[in-house]
Amino acid sequence: MLDKIGIAKRIAKEVKDGMYINLGIGIPTLVANYIPPQLSVVLQSENGLLGIGPFPKESEIDPDLINAGKQTITMMPGSALFNSAESFAMIRGGHVDLTILGAMEVSEQGDIANWKVPGKMVKGMGGAMDLVASAKHIIVAMQHCSKEGASKLLKKCTLPITGIKCVKRIVSDMAVLDVLPQGGFKLLERAPGVSVEQIKNATEGRLEIEGNIPEMQL
Amino acid sequence: MNKVVAGPDEAVADVFENATLMLGGFGLSGIPENCISAILKKGTKGLTCISNNAGVDDFGIGLLLKTRQVKKMISSYVGENAEFERQLLSGELEVELIPQGTLAERVRAGGAGIPAFFTPAGVGTEVATGKEVREFEGKKYLLEHWLRADFAIVKAWRGDTAGNLIYKGTARNFNPMMAAAGKITIAEVEELVPLGALDPNQIHTPGIYVQRIFQGKNYEKRIEQRTVSK
Repeated sequence: MLDKIGIAKRIAKEVKDGMYINLGIGIPTLVANYIPPQLSVVLQSENGLLGIGPFPKESEIDPDLINAGKQTITMMPGSALFNSAESFAMIRGGHVDLTILGAMEVSEQGDIANWKVPGKMVKGMGGAMDLVASAKHIIVAMQHCSKEGASKLLKKCTLPITGIKCVKRIVSDMAVLDVLPQGGFKLLERAPGVSVEQIKNATEGRLEIEGNIPEMQL
Repeated sequence: MNKVVAGPDEAVADVFENATLMLGGFGLSGIPENCISAILKKGTKGLTCISNNAGVDDFGIGLLLKTRQVKKMISSYVGENAEFERQLLSGELEVELIPQGTLAERVRAGGAGIPAFFTPAGVGTEVATGKEVREFEGKKYLLEHWLRADFAIVKAWRGDTAGNLIYKGTARNFNPMMAAAGKITIAEVEELVPLGALDPNQIHTPGIYVQRIFQGKNYEKRIEQRTVSK
Protein backbone atom coordinates (compact mmCIF):
# COMPACT_ATOMS: atom_id res chain seq x y z
CA MET A 1 0.00 0.00 0.00
CA LEU A 2 1.18 3.49 -0.78
CA ASP A 3 1.07 6.40 1.62
CA LYS A 4 0.22 9.92 0.44
CA ILE A 5 3.82 10.57 -0.58
CA GLY A 6 3.87 7.29 -2.54
CA ILE A 7 0.74 8.28 -4.46
CA ALA A 8 2.26 11.71 -5.19
CA LYS A 9 5.52 10.10 -6.39
CA ARG A 10 3.69 7.73 -8.73
CA ILE A 11 1.57 10.55 -10.19
CA ALA A 12 4.69 12.65 -10.74
CA LYS A 13 5.78 9.99 -13.25
CA GLU A 14 2.79 10.92 -15.44
CA VAL A 15 4.13 14.44 -15.91
CA LYS A 16 5.71 15.19 -19.27
CA ASP A 17 8.02 17.94 -20.44
CA GLY A 18 6.24 21.12 -21.54
CA MET A 19 2.99 20.50 -19.69
CA TYR A 20 0.80 23.17 -18.08
CA ILE A 21 -0.64 21.52 -14.97
CA ASN A 22 -3.32 22.33 -12.39
CA LEU A 23 -2.80 20.63 -9.04
CA GLY A 24 -5.69 20.28 -6.60
CA ILE A 25 -5.50 20.63 -2.83
CA GLY A 26 -4.07 17.78 -0.71
CA ILE A 27 -2.09 14.91 -2.28
CA PRO A 28 -2.06 16.63 -5.72
CA THR A 29 -0.19 19.60 -4.22
CA LEU A 30 2.52 17.17 -3.03
CA VAL A 31 3.09 15.98 -6.61
CA ALA A 32 5.02 19.20 -7.31
CA ASN A 33 7.79 17.99 -4.97
CA TYR A 34 8.48 14.89 -7.09
CA ILE A 35 8.39 16.21 -10.65
CA PRO A 36 11.83 15.39 -12.12
CA PRO A 37 13.88 18.62 -12.20
CA GLN A 38 14.96 18.06 -15.82
CA LEU A 39 11.33 18.50 -16.94
CA SER A 40 10.14 21.99 -17.77
CA VAL A 41 6.52 22.33 -16.61
CA VAL A 42 4.33 25.25 -15.53
CA LEU A 43 1.94 24.92 -12.57
CA GLN A 44 -1.34 26.82 -12.76
CA SER A 45 -3.06 28.21 -9.67
CA GLU A 46 -6.79 28.81 -10.21
CA ASN A 47 -6.66 32.07 -8.23
CA GLY A 48 -4.62 33.66 -10.99
CA LEU A 49 -1.05 32.48 -11.50
CA LEU A 50 0.91 30.46 -14.03
CA GLY A 51 4.28 29.52 -12.57
CA ILE A 52 3.85 28.45 -8.95
CA GLY A 53 7.24 28.26 -7.25
CA PRO A 54 8.35 26.63 -3.98
CA PHE A 55 7.03 27.79 -0.60
CA PRO A 56 8.76 31.04 0.43
CA LYS A 57 11.46 31.48 3.03
CA GLU A 58 10.23 33.31 6.13
CA SER A 59 11.72 36.56 4.77
CA GLU A 60 10.01 36.16 1.37
CA ILE A 61 6.42 35.67 2.60
CA ASP A 62 3.98 37.86 0.67
CA PRO A 63 0.28 37.81 1.70
CA ASP A 64 -0.59 38.90 -1.85
CA LEU A 65 0.86 35.67 -3.23
CA ILE A 66 -1.05 32.50 -2.37
CA ASN A 67 -2.15 29.30 -4.11
CA ALA A 68 -5.65 27.83 -4.36
CA GLY A 69 -5.18 26.21 -0.94
CA LYS A 70 -4.48 29.70 0.49
CA GLN A 71 -0.86 28.70 1.21
CA THR A 72 1.87 31.28 0.80
CA ILE A 73 3.96 30.60 -2.33
CA THR A 74 6.59 32.11 -4.60
CA MET A 75 6.63 32.65 -8.37
CA MET A 76 8.98 30.99 -10.84
CA PRO A 77 10.91 33.18 -13.29
CA GLY A 78 8.62 33.79 -16.27
CA SER A 79 5.39 33.65 -14.28
CA ALA A 80 2.16 35.35 -15.33
CA LEU A 81 -0.60 36.78 -13.12
CA PHE A 82 -4.22 37.20 -14.20
CA ASN A 83 -7.77 37.50 -12.89
CA SER A 84 -10.17 34.67 -12.00
CA ALA A 85 -12.22 34.90 -15.21
CA GLU A 86 -9.05 34.55 -17.29
CA SER A 87 -7.88 31.70 -15.06
CA PHE A 88 -11.02 29.70 -15.78
CA ALA A 89 -11.00 30.74 -19.42
CA MET A 90 -7.68 28.93 -19.78
CA ILE A 91 -9.10 25.96 -17.86
CA ARG A 92 -12.39 25.76 -19.78
CA GLY A 93 -10.71 26.58 -23.06
CA GLY A 94 -8.66 23.38 -22.84
CA HIS A 95 -5.29 25.09 -22.50
CA VAL A 96 -4.29 23.24 -19.33
CA ASP A 97 -2.75 19.88 -20.29
CA LEU A 98 -3.19 17.96 -17.06
CA THR A 99 -5.42 18.27 -14.01
CA ILE A 100 -4.60 16.28 -10.89
CA LEU A 101 -7.20 16.22 -8.14
CA GLY A 102 -8.46 14.24 -5.20
CA ALA A 103 -11.70 12.25 -5.08
CA MET A 104 -14.00 10.69 -2.52
CA GLU A 105 -15.53 8.36 -5.15
CA VAL A 106 -15.05 7.52 -8.83
CA SER A 107 -17.50 5.45 -10.90
CA GLU A 108 -16.65 2.96 -13.65
CA GLN A 109 -18.06 5.53 -16.12
CA GLY A 110 -15.45 8.07 -14.98
CA ASP A 111 -17.85 10.15 -12.87
CA ILE A 112 -16.17 11.83 -9.90
CA ALA A 113 -17.54 12.90 -6.51
CA ASN A 114 -15.35 15.16 -4.38
CA TRP A 115 -17.24 18.23 -3.20
CA LYS A 116 -20.06 17.39 -0.84
CA VAL A 117 -21.08 14.92 1.84
CA PRO A 118 -24.81 15.43 2.48
CA GLY A 119 -25.67 15.99 6.13
CA LYS A 120 -22.11 16.99 6.92
CA MET A 121 -20.38 20.26 6.16
CA VAL A 122 -20.90 21.52 2.65
CA LYS A 123 -17.80 23.46 1.76
CA GLY A 124 -18.52 24.09 -1.89
CA MET A 125 -17.03 22.90 -5.14
CA GLY A 126 -14.54 25.73 -5.61
CA GLY A 127 -13.02 25.27 -9.06
CA ALA A 128 -13.41 21.48 -9.22
CA MET A 129 -16.52 21.40 -11.44
CA ASP A 130 -14.96 23.74 -13.99
CA LEU A 131 -11.73 21.72 -13.98
CA VAL A 132 -13.30 18.28 -14.45
CA ALA A 133 -15.72 19.52 -17.12
CA SER A 134 -12.94 20.78 -19.38
CA ALA A 135 -9.55 19.23 -18.65
CA LYS A 136 -7.86 17.36 -21.49
CA HIS A 137 -6.46 14.80 -19.08
CA ILE A 138 -7.55 14.14 -15.49
CA ILE A 139 -5.64 12.00 -13.02
CA VAL A 140 -7.29 11.31 -9.68
CA ALA A 141 -5.34 10.75 -6.47
CA MET A 142 -7.39 8.81 -3.94
CA GLN A 143 -7.66 6.12 -1.31
CA HIS A 144 -8.98 2.90 -2.85
CA CYS A 145 -11.26 2.20 0.15
CA SER A 146 -12.81 4.12 3.02
CA LYS A 147 -11.53 3.72 6.58
CA GLU A 148 -14.30 1.14 7.06
CA GLY A 149 -13.00 -0.82 4.07
CA ALA A 150 -15.76 0.09 1.58
CA SER A 151 -14.66 0.50 -2.03
CA LYS A 152 -14.49 4.02 -3.45
CA LEU A 153 -14.14 2.74 -7.04
CA LEU A 154 -17.80 2.11 -7.68
CA LYS A 155 -20.32 1.10 -10.31
CA LYS A 156 -22.10 4.38 -9.56
CA CYS A 157 -21.14 7.24 -7.23
CA THR A 158 -23.26 7.46 -4.08
CA LEU A 159 -22.21 11.03 -3.20
CA PRO A 160 -23.27 14.13 -5.18
CA ILE A 161 -21.05 14.17 -8.26
CA THR A 162 -18.66 16.87 -9.39
CA GLY A 163 -18.57 15.85 -13.05
CA ILE A 164 -19.59 13.05 -15.40
CA LYS A 165 -17.43 10.79 -17.58
CA CYS A 166 -14.28 12.81 -17.01
CA VAL A 167 -11.72 10.76 -15.06
CA LYS A 168 -9.12 9.10 -17.29
CA ARG A 169 -6.65 7.64 -14.80
CA ILE A 170 -6.63 6.83 -11.08
CA VAL A 171 -3.64 6.43 -8.81
CA SER A 172 -4.82 4.97 -5.50
CA ASP A 173 -2.91 3.62 -2.53
CA MET A 174 -3.36 0.15 -4.11
CA ALA A 175 -3.17 0.52 -7.87
CA VAL A 176 -2.95 2.48 -11.09
CA LEU A 177 -6.08 2.10 -13.21
CA ASP A 178 -7.53 3.63 -16.35
CA VAL A 179 -11.23 4.31 -16.85
CA LEU A 180 -12.17 2.64 -20.14
CA PRO A 181 -14.13 4.65 -22.72
CA GLN A 182 -16.88 1.99 -22.68
CA GLY A 183 -16.88 1.94 -18.84
CA GLY A 184 -14.97 -0.14 -16.30
CA PHE A 185 -11.58 0.11 -14.64
CA LYS A 186 -8.54 -1.38 -16.37
CA LEU A 187 -5.88 -2.44 -13.90
CA LEU A 188 -2.44 -1.25 -15.02
CA GLU A 189 -0.15 -1.53 -11.98
CA ARG A 190 -0.18 -2.81 -8.42
CA ALA A 191 1.25 -0.91 -5.45
CA PRO A 192 4.26 -2.61 -3.85
CA GLY A 193 3.12 -5.60 -1.80
CA VAL A 194 -0.49 -5.50 -3.03
CA SER A 195 -1.89 -8.51 -4.91
CA VAL A 196 -4.33 -8.52 -7.83
CA GLU A 197 -6.71 -10.43 -5.58
CA GLN A 198 -6.66 -7.62 -2.97
CA ILE A 199 -7.37 -5.03 -5.67
CA LYS A 200 -10.25 -7.15 -7.00
CA ASN A 201 -11.78 -7.31 -3.52
CA ALA A 202 -11.35 -3.57 -3.02
CA THR A 203 -12.96 -2.55 -6.34
CA GLU A 204 -16.76 -2.56 -6.58
CA GLY A 205 -16.91 -1.34 -10.19
CA ARG A 206 -16.14 -3.64 -13.13
CA LEU A 207 -12.43 -4.42 -13.15
CA GLU A 208 -10.60 -5.53 -16.27
CA ILE A 209 -7.41 -7.50 -15.71
CA GLU A 210 -5.32 -8.49 -18.69
CA GLY A 211 -2.21 -10.63 -18.39
CA ASN A 212 0.42 -10.11 -15.76
CA ILE A 213 -0.01 -6.87 -13.74
CA PRO A 214 3.34 -5.30 -12.94
CA GLU A 215 4.27 -3.69 -9.64
CA MET A 216 4.64 0.11 -9.66
CA GLN A 217 8.14 1.54 -10.03
CA LEU A 218 8.52 4.57 -7.77
CA MET B 1 -12.41 63.64 -12.92
CA ASN B 2 -12.07 63.23 -9.18
CA LYS B 3 -13.68 60.20 -7.55
CA VAL B 4 -11.87 60.42 -4.25
CA VAL B 5 -13.91 60.07 -1.06
CA ALA B 6 -12.57 60.70 2.43
CA GLY B 7 -12.59 57.11 3.61
CA PRO B 8 -14.54 53.88 3.99
CA ASP B 9 -17.40 55.42 6.03
CA GLU B 10 -18.20 57.91 3.30
CA ALA B 11 -17.67 55.28 0.59
CA VAL B 12 -20.29 52.89 1.98
CA ALA B 13 -22.65 55.52 3.49
CA ASP B 14 -25.49 54.71 1.07
CA VAL B 15 -25.22 50.91 1.26
CA PHE B 16 -28.83 50.09 2.10
CA GLU B 17 -30.66 47.21 3.79
CA ASN B 18 -31.15 44.18 1.55
CA ALA B 19 -28.59 45.47 -0.96
CA THR B 20 -26.61 43.08 -3.12
CA LEU B 21 -22.85 43.47 -2.71
CA MET B 22 -19.96 42.03 -4.64
CA LEU B 23 -16.79 41.77 -2.57
CA GLY B 24 -13.45 41.01 -4.22
CA GLY B 25 -10.91 38.55 -2.87
CA PHE B 26 -9.83 34.92 -2.85
CA GLY B 27 -9.63 33.61 0.68
CA LEU B 28 -8.36 36.62 2.64
CA SER B 29 -6.20 37.80 -0.24
CA GLY B 30 -7.34 40.99 -1.96
CA ILE B 31 -10.40 41.59 0.23
CA PRO B 32 -11.67 45.15 0.87
CA GLU B 33 -10.77 45.17 4.57
CA ASN B 34 -11.59 48.83 5.22
CA CYS B 35 -15.04 48.74 3.62
CA ILE B 36 -15.95 45.50 5.41
CA SER B 37 -15.10 47.21 8.72
CA ALA B 38 -17.18 50.26 7.76
CA ILE B 39 -20.22 48.11 6.87
CA LEU B 40 -19.76 46.24 10.13
CA LYS B 41 -19.80 49.56 12.02
CA LYS B 42 -22.79 50.84 10.02
CA GLY B 43 -24.71 47.66 10.88
CA THR B 44 -26.63 47.38 7.58
CA LYS B 45 -28.61 44.14 7.55
CA GLY B 46 -30.16 41.79 5.00
CA LEU B 47 -27.16 41.87 2.68
CA THR B 48 -26.66 39.48 -0.19
CA CYS B 49 -22.91 39.03 -0.60
CA ILE B 50 -21.38 37.72 -3.81
CA SER B 51 -17.83 36.70 -3.00
CA ASN B 52 -15.73 33.64 -3.86
CA ASN B 53 -15.32 32.84 -0.14
CA ALA B 54 -16.95 33.90 3.11
CA GLY B 55 -13.88 34.87 5.11
CA VAL B 56 -12.90 33.18 8.37
CA ASP B 57 -14.64 33.39 11.74
CA ASP B 58 -13.01 36.62 12.85
CA PHE B 59 -11.95 38.29 9.61
CA GLY B 60 -13.27 39.32 6.20
CA ILE B 61 -16.94 38.59 5.49
CA GLY B 62 -16.88 36.33 8.56
CA LEU B 63 -17.20 39.52 10.62
CA LEU B 64 -20.50 40.42 8.89
CA LEU B 65 -21.78 36.86 9.33
CA LYS B 66 -21.13 37.03 13.06
CA THR B 67 -23.28 40.16 13.39
CA ARG B 68 -25.99 38.51 11.23
CA GLN B 69 -25.81 41.26 8.62
CA VAL B 70 -25.71 38.76 5.77
CA LYS B 71 -28.95 37.22 4.51
CA LYS B 72 -27.47 35.30 1.61
CA MET B 73 -24.01 34.25 0.42
CA ILE B 74 -23.23 33.48 -3.22
CA SER B 75 -19.82 31.78 -3.28
CA SER B 76 -17.83 28.86 -4.66
CA TYR B 77 -16.09 27.69 -1.49
CA VAL B 78 -16.91 28.48 2.12
CA GLY B 79 -14.95 25.85 4.02
CA GLU B 80 -12.96 27.99 6.44
CA ASN B 81 -15.71 29.37 8.62
CA ALA B 82 -17.40 27.65 11.60
CA GLU B 83 -19.99 30.42 12.18
CA PHE B 84 -20.97 30.13 8.53
CA GLU B 85 -21.47 26.39 8.96
CA ARG B 86 -23.62 26.92 12.05
CA GLN B 87 -25.87 29.48 10.33
CA LEU B 88 -26.15 27.34 7.21
CA LEU B 89 -27.15 24.19 9.10
CA SER B 90 -29.65 26.10 11.27
CA GLY B 91 -31.23 27.69 8.20
CA GLU B 92 -30.46 31.27 9.27
CA LEU B 93 -28.34 31.89 6.19
CA GLU B 94 -29.21 31.29 2.56
CA VAL B 95 -26.35 29.97 0.48
CA GLU B 96 -25.91 29.52 -3.23
CA LEU B 97 -22.80 27.58 -4.20
CA ILE B 98 -21.52 28.12 -7.73
CA PRO B 99 -18.54 26.57 -9.53
CA GLN B 100 -15.70 29.07 -9.27
CA GLY B 101 -15.22 29.54 -13.02
CA THR B 102 -18.96 29.96 -13.49
CA LEU B 103 -19.01 32.54 -10.71
CA ALA B 104 -16.13 34.47 -12.29
CA GLU B 105 -17.75 34.35 -15.72
CA ARG B 106 -21.22 35.30 -14.44
CA VAL B 107 -19.69 38.39 -12.83
CA ARG B 108 -17.66 39.13 -15.95
CA ALA B 109 -20.81 38.76 -18.09
CA GLY B 110 -22.65 41.15 -15.76
CA GLY B 111 -20.05 43.84 -16.28
CA ALA B 112 -19.78 43.16 -20.00
CA GLY B 113 -23.51 43.27 -20.80
CA ILE B 114 -23.85 39.58 -21.67
CA PRO B 115 -27.08 38.32 -20.03
CA ALA B 116 -26.28 34.61 -20.29
CA PHE B 117 -23.77 32.10 -21.65
CA PHE B 118 -23.19 28.35 -21.89
CA THR B 119 -20.56 26.56 -19.81
CA PRO B 120 -19.70 22.87 -19.35
CA ALA B 121 -19.12 23.16 -15.58
CA GLY B 122 -21.77 21.35 -13.55
CA VAL B 123 -23.38 19.32 -16.36
CA GLY B 124 -24.91 16.18 -14.84
CA THR B 125 -24.56 17.51 -11.27
CA GLU B 126 -27.01 19.15 -8.88
CA VAL B 127 -25.74 22.53 -10.13
CA ALA B 128 -27.62 21.78 -13.38
CA THR B 129 -31.01 21.53 -11.64
CA GLY B 130 -33.55 23.74 -13.41
CA LYS B 131 -31.07 25.02 -15.99
CA GLU B 132 -31.28 24.74 -19.76
CA VAL B 133 -28.85 22.17 -21.18
CA ARG B 134 -27.79 22.52 -24.80
CA GLU B 135 -25.45 20.42 -26.89
CA PHE B 136 -22.78 22.02 -29.04
CA GLU B 137 -20.56 19.82 -31.22
CA GLY B 138 -21.48 16.74 -29.22
CA LYS B 139 -20.85 18.16 -25.73
CA LYS B 140 -23.41 19.36 -23.20
CA TYR B 141 -23.40 22.85 -21.67
CA LEU B 142 -25.47 24.70 -19.05
CA LEU B 143 -27.08 28.07 -19.54
CA GLU B 144 -25.87 30.44 -16.82
CA HIS B 145 -26.99 34.04 -16.24
CA TRP B 146 -25.04 37.18 -15.51
CA LEU B 147 -24.57 38.57 -11.99
CA ARG B 148 -24.72 42.24 -11.16
CA ALA B 149 -24.78 44.11 -7.86
CA ASP B 150 -25.95 47.33 -6.26
CA PHE B 151 -22.42 47.86 -4.98
CA ALA B 152 -19.16 46.25 -6.05
CA ILE B 153 -16.46 46.69 -3.43
CA VAL B 154 -12.93 45.96 -4.58
CA LYS B 155 -9.41 46.22 -3.23
CA ALA B 156 -6.42 47.22 -5.36
CA TRP B 157 -2.75 47.85 -4.73
CA ARG B 158 -2.51 51.26 -6.38
CA GLY B 159 -5.12 53.54 -7.84
CA ASP B 160 -5.38 57.11 -9.11
CA THR B 161 -7.97 59.80 -8.51
CA ALA B 162 -9.83 58.80 -11.71
CA GLY B 163 -10.30 55.26 -10.41
CA ASN B 164 -7.72 53.49 -12.58
CA LEU B 165 -6.52 50.43 -10.65
CA ILE B 166 -3.51 48.13 -10.50
CA TYR B 167 -3.60 44.94 -8.45
CA LYS B 168 -0.68 43.01 -6.98
CA GLY B 169 0.08 39.29 -7.12
CA THR B 170 -2.82 36.87 -6.69
CA ALA B 171 -4.75 39.58 -4.81
CA ARG B 172 -6.21 40.48 -8.22
CA ASN B 173 -8.54 37.44 -8.46
CA PHE B 174 -12.24 38.48 -8.67
CA ASN B 175 -11.65 42.22 -8.18
CA PRO B 176 -11.45 43.33 -11.85
CA MET B 177 -14.66 41.56 -12.95
CA MET B 178 -16.54 42.78 -9.89
CA ALA B 179 -15.38 46.36 -10.47
CA ALA B 180 -17.21 46.26 -13.80
CA ALA B 181 -20.39 44.60 -12.48
CA GLY B 182 -21.46 47.06 -9.78
CA LYS B 183 -24.03 49.83 -10.26
CA ILE B 184 -21.74 51.69 -7.87
CA THR B 185 -18.17 50.47 -7.60
CA ILE B 186 -16.08 51.39 -4.59
CA ALA B 187 -12.32 50.84 -4.74
CA GLU B 188 -10.07 50.91 -1.72
CA VAL B 189 -6.36 51.03 -2.50
CA GLU B 190 -3.15 50.74 -0.55
CA GLU B 191 -1.74 53.74 -2.33
CA LEU B 192 -3.74 56.53 -3.95
CA VAL B 193 -1.70 58.50 -6.49
CA PRO B 194 -2.33 61.63 -8.60
CA LEU B 195 -3.42 61.48 -12.26
CA GLY B 196 -0.50 60.59 -14.47
CA ALA B 197 1.40 58.65 -11.82
CA LEU B 198 0.25 55.25 -13.09
CA ASP B 199 1.59 53.84 -16.36
CA PRO B 200 -1.45 53.46 -18.68
CA ASN B 201 0.16 50.29 -20.06
CA GLN B 202 -0.15 48.63 -16.67
CA ILE B 203 -3.75 49.47 -15.71
CA HIS B 204 -5.84 46.39 -14.87
CA THR B 205 -9.17 48.13 -14.17
CA PRO B 206 -9.84 51.27 -16.24
CA GLY B 207 -11.37 54.07 -14.15
CA ILE B 208 -14.65 54.07 -16.11
CA TYR B 209 -15.86 51.23 -13.89
CA VAL B 210 -15.06 52.95 -10.59
CA GLN B 211 -17.28 55.61 -8.94
CA ARG B 212 -15.51 56.03 -5.59
CA ILE B 213 -11.93 55.53 -4.47
CA PHE B 214 -9.99 56.07 -1.26
CA GLN B 215 -6.69 55.12 0.28
CA GLY B 216 -7.26 52.47 2.92
CA LYS B 217 -5.49 52.20 6.26
CA ASN B 218 -4.02 49.55 8.51
CA TYR B 219 -4.18 46.62 6.12
CA GLU B 220 -3.82 43.40 8.08
CA LYS B 221 -3.55 41.10 5.04
CA ARG B 222 -4.01 38.02 7.16
CA ILE B 223 -2.49 34.79 5.90
CA GLU B 224 -4.64 31.65 6.16
CA GLN B 225 -1.94 29.05 5.54
CA ARG B 226 1.52 30.33 6.35
CA THR B 227 3.77 27.81 4.60
CA VAL B 228 7.53 28.19 4.34
CA SER B 229 10.30 26.13 2.77
CA LYS B 230 13.15 24.97 4.97
